Amino acid sequence: MAVDKNSNAFTFIFAILMVIVVGAVLSFAAMSLKPLQVQNNVEKKMINILTSIGVDADRDNAKELFYANINKRYILNSTGEIISTREGEVESTDVEDPFNVDVKKEYRDPTLSAEDRNYPLYVASVDGEEVAIIPLVGKGLWGPIWGYVALESDFNTIYGANFDHKTETPGLGAEIKESWFSDPFIGKKIYDDSGNLVSVNVVKGSAEPENPHAVDGITGGTITSNGVDEMLERTFGVYNSYFKNNSQISQKQ
Amino acid sequence: MSTETAAAANTQEVVKEAVPKEPLFSAKNKRLLTDPLDDDNPITVQVLGICSALAITVQVQQAVVMCMSVLFVMLFGNMIISVMRNVIPSRIRIIVQLVVVASLVILVDQLLKAFIPDIAEKLSVFIGLIITNCIIMGRFEAFAMGNKIWPSALDGIGNAIGYAWILVAVAIVREIFGSGAISFPGIGQIKFLPESFYEAGYMNNNLMILPPMALITVGIIIWIQRSRNQKLIEEN
Repeated sequence: MAVDKNSNAFTFIFAILMVIVVGAVLSFAAMSLKPLQVQNNVEKKMINILTSIGVDADRDNAKELFYANINKRYILNSTGEIISTREGEVESTDVEDPFNVDVKKEYRDPTLSAEDRNYPLYVASVDGEEVAIIPLVGKGLWGPIWGYVALESDFNTIYGANFDHKTETPGLGAEIKESWFSDPFIGKKIYDDSGNLVSVNVVKGSAEPENPHAVDGITGGTITSNGVDEMLERTFGVYNSYFKNNSQISQKQ
Repeated sequence: MSTETAAAANTQEVVKEAVPKEPLFSAKNKRLLTDPLDDDNPITVQVLGICSALAITVQVQQAVVMCMSVLFVMLFGNMIISVMRNVIPSRIRIIVQLVVVASLVILVDQLLKAFIPDIAEKLSVFIGLIITNCIIMGRFEAFAMGNKIWPSALDGIGNAIGYAWILVAVAIVREIFGSGAISFPGIGQIKFLPESFYEAGYMNNNLMILPPMALITVGIIIWIQRSRNQKLIEEN
């Protein structure tokens, strides 16, 4: 049978068939690889959380170390009240599980105001001391930046921090994920002596080493540094009331 | 119209029979593999695919994964286009080529994300950008549309390797001078510069990590290649 390959009908049929075949192949591939990819993201998140408390994990032992170190997971609302608590295994279908709260997605969602978002908080015990880990999310120069900050039980001293980014400039803004940037945060205070929240500022140039509220910014990465600064201040602001309430409780005791 | 096509098909068949069967690795087929390595290199001679060569040659392992992805897309893309070459309506052939390359690239991207997530994260957007890699569309249009499946497969492999060796060469230079060591998955970092260099005041060249140095490195490779291969020197 001779078919005119240049006819409109043939062109349309060819195009339609091609799209159906390609669509089927790709959706099959995406569906069958999805569980592996989700698993990878979970491991990555666990590694990031563990890095903020100074635990080195890789993909093989991420789960094990996560459950060994992180005791409790909370979701707070914007006024600092606990609205959900979980312990033990993470159920991937459990939307109330703090681990499954996608702070990045909620931050980007224009229909959610800052009051409506969920604020997860992880409690780890390190050397017998309770450490609170909070996720951060903000804007860099080219795309989102995020990280985790761990605070000692006084909810004031930073125990550790780690940052990551999607598309910051390599060698400049991208340096926020390096330890030379995040290590100086250790030991900094987020409240001043009279108990006012001052956060930790990422300053241009170099910060005084004795200044408990400042760390070095990145030369050539000012906008990313400012993004980190803004993200810290905003997030501490939200958790502020939780920190205040809980540190008062511990002081009374 | 239909009789014309039938007649054309007939003459084609006659021609096919007249040509004696070629051995699989005839001199002509071998040239398809070896030409892109030197005389017709996609990067240094045709200057295609430069964007990815600049972006992901900071680390050797990234470059290798990128090259394997390109090899996969080139090989299967060339073969698919070659199989379909007599069916593709010529008016939408570029769109068809684009669909083939795009779906192969999405497939590679999904596979990388599932099996080697850490490297996939570093390659980020550049796997997706294989779609716009001129080498691939160029080979589809210039070669696979007009050749049988076996030569097309060889041509795909040849061009992908021609692309790959430049990328890996640039990556080796950049990683050694930019980081002082090459990291291999599973083995860890292997230092190439002795500690005494650093004690004597040597520092890793940060410029090497930035894209401009990749362009300069590619330029140096082109310079060396042209000084050795007289065929590439234009007359004027």
